[in-house]
Amino acid sequence: MSQSVETLDEIVERYPGQPEYLIFMLQDIQSTYGYISEDSMKVVCDYSGVPLTQGYSVATFYQSFRLDPRGEHEVRVCLGTACHLKGGQRIVEEVERRLNVAAGGTTEDLRYTLSTVNCVGACALAPVVVVDEEYLSNMTAKKLEKHLKTLDYDLENETKEHGHV
Amino acid sequence: MSNVSEALKIEDWRLTSAEDLKALQKQILSGRDPNRPEIVVCHGTGCLANGSEKVSDALRTALADAGIEAKVMPGIKTTGCQGFCSRGPLVLIRPGGLFYQRVKPKDATEIIEKTLLKGEPVKRLLYKDPASGDTILNEQDIPFYKLQERVVLHNIGKIDPTDIADTIAAGGYQALAKALAGMTAEQVVEHIEQSGLRGRGGAGFPTGRKWRSALKAIETKGRPVYVVVNGDEGDPGAFMDRTIMEGDPHAVLEGLILGAYALGAEKGYMYVRAEYPLAIKHLEVAMVQARELGLLGENILNSGFSFDVRINRGAGAFVCGESTALFTSIEGKPGNPRPKYVRSVEEGLWGRPTILNNVETWANIPLIIGKGPDWYKKLGVPHSTGTKVFSLVGKVNNVGLVEVPMGVPVSAIVEDIGGGVPGGQPFKAVQTGGPSGGCIPYSLKDTAVDFDSLTKAGSMMGSGAMIVMDEGDCVVDVGRYFLRFLEEESCGKCLPCRLGLSRMREILDNFSRGRGSEQDIEDLISLAQAVQDGALCALGSSAPNPVLTTLRYFKDEYLAHVNNQTCPAGVCKELITYTIDPGLCTGCTSCARQCPNNCISGRKKEPHTIDTDQCIRCGICRETCKFDAVRVS
Repeated sequence: MSQSVETLDEIVERYPGQPEYLIFMLQDIQSTYGYISEDSMKVVCDYSGVPLTQGYSVATFYQSFRLDPRGEHEVRVCLGTACHLKGGQRIVEEVERRLNVAAGGTTEDLRYTLSTVNCVGACALAPVVVVDEEYLSNMTAKKLEKHLKTLDYDLENETKEHGHV
Repeated sequence: MSNVSEALKIEDWRLTSAEDLKALQKQILSGRDPNRPEIVVCHGTGCLANGSEKVSDALRTALADAGIEAKVMPGIKTTGCQGFCSRGPLVLIRPGGLFYQRVKPKDATEIIEKTLLKGEPVKRLLYKDPASGDTILNEQDIPFYKLQERVVLHNIGKIDPTDIADTIAAGGYQALAKALAGMTAEQVVEHIEQSGLRGRGGAGFPTGRKWRSALKAIETKGRPVYVVVNGDEGDPGAFMDRTIMEGDPHAVLEGLILGAYALGAEKGYMYVRAEYPLAIKHLEVAMVQARELGLLGENILNSGFSFDVRINRGAGAFVCGESTALFTSIEGKPGNPRPKYVRSVEEGLWGRPTILNNVETWANIPLIIGKGPDWYKKLGVPHSTGTKVFSLVGKVNNVGLVEVPMGVPVSAIVEDIGGGVPGGQPFKAVQTGGPSGGCIPYSLKDTAVDFDSLTKAGSMMGSGAMIVMDEGDCVVDVGRYFLRFLEEESCGKCLPCRLGLSRMREILDNFSRGRGSEQDIEDLISLAQAVQDGALCALGSSAPNPVLTTLRYFKDEYLAHVNNQTCPAGVCKELITYTIDPGLCTGCTSCARQCPNNCISGRKKEPHTIDTDQCIRCGICRETCKFDAVRVS
């Protein structure tokens, strides 16, 4: 990890310690660490003065919060109406088969997290899949598979370079 | 140096009056030669996804290579979404409006050399009208744009949303300056009342009446009061608000400041979906720049009026588009709605009087104050004044964002502007209003698109998503889709919504499997009515609309599922079979290789067959086949 990753305390201290900033803090923690660990939840709740139960009530109510680590790459298949009509559901099923993971889950090797999203507002590109931050337009299961293969390739090369297992 | 002063080449300029703002506008305009060509690249989400950032980079390089930077406006202008998303990436050369579509980075040199140096168009990048077959040079002559009336979207595609100088040059903040200099708060509210503006978020409640109620509440409750932007555009298929926030963030901000002035609010909030990162970024930039110029914050334009705004990012909950749920979310809690025995204008955020309007509504406010309610009322029809922005998506040729006066017929939007359904057959239905709305069948294509006519047809305006369906779309499937969506998004607080929607979806699941009876259809209708009557908030009470309207207009299709176990559109998996037409199959083996269940067999160069018992009906073979040999029945 590089030194620039902020500590939990640094993140929460961006905001006043009040309950109204709970969602802000959780969002920032998630964008830094990818998910909200038990430890970070404790820090946030202590700092903003709310009971842990309330912290979890917020984190489980909103779909964007994750309580488990996510994969290296995030594959988000849009299931907005336009994408649904143009076969978004088929793409989800195909990726589920290929990655052997149910929508919402993360592969065992922590490479991919597959999720569905209720419309990313890019309906003109339907069906849309967002891989990490990249919007892929007019997707088919086949095209997505190709794209994921290039990610696989990058990932392997990266692993070689950095000498990780 | 700050962003703004850098852009304007001015150090520390805080505007202190309406005259100051006019002088600044004049100064910016005088530095620009209106005849000098300007290269504009669309950086809306659609074009960006299709690679427009690479196109603008390539154009920048090509421009530098050609050494003609002095002859054109400096830099490449990047704007918000220009609307014609299906043709992106879009490049325009102004002032003429020469329109290039589907531009690739490799086209950049040719555009510079041919168009800018020699004044000739690059023919292959021009738009060819599929209807007439004519090649069209300029944006304003393309039917998609020509038939629109871009009022709220007038700046989008013209200004760089991250540069306040562009907004000011285009007349931004003049309405605010006018109000602060010469209108009382009461007059601002009167203008909005007289304009007839109705909320663009869905229900169409008269905005002026809402503001008036807030003023009444203040009489008894006093201040503080709050003004809030609802940018939680959750309707699947809708991206109007996203485009406005991304492409003209100052319009929303100016509208909000005017609302704050009318109510005497000191603090405002913008609640924006987290799925819209670019919108959030542009709004943040706009706020910083407006503060630096003294258009936001302490003592705006030296009028003594102070107001500031905070952005709250949504966290992925559709129900937070509902007013009371949105308020509890801003307060940092789960977004549960509350019953509205007391309306939210009286008891909203932090229990205080609050006005909440949707993004597009706020963007209308500066227009009404700037040009007057009488001008505004001339747009649209008597009970639905102004224009409405729609996202036109689904099975339609010209997918994109369109703005038309209220009251035009559905067919004008779908067929004239949208270019109809690919393949040329009539559309089956147009779904408006998202999960809370309904379907307008082709037989009602002349229905006027205004609040009251759509409601009369059983649908609703909603936030402005228009999803075009063709004969390949099944109404039972669409009904299931919306119910599943709302079932997942239901907060679970009230029973009719929590259990009612699940039960309705189960009934439709059965229909999609060919099970059920006509009695089930009757039960479905009765349950739908119970949910409408009993749900706590609009998410639940409007949830049955898609099912009820499709039952009203497409009952035969439901009956086909229930009585004949067939899905006429060929969508419901358990009622269809995939087969290969031996006459068309060339034996290329492509489908057999892609089949995830390995149930396609056949020799090379000979027709293949599908083992229908093993087939999981994923449809990949049909998608893969280049010869259209895979049939659905």
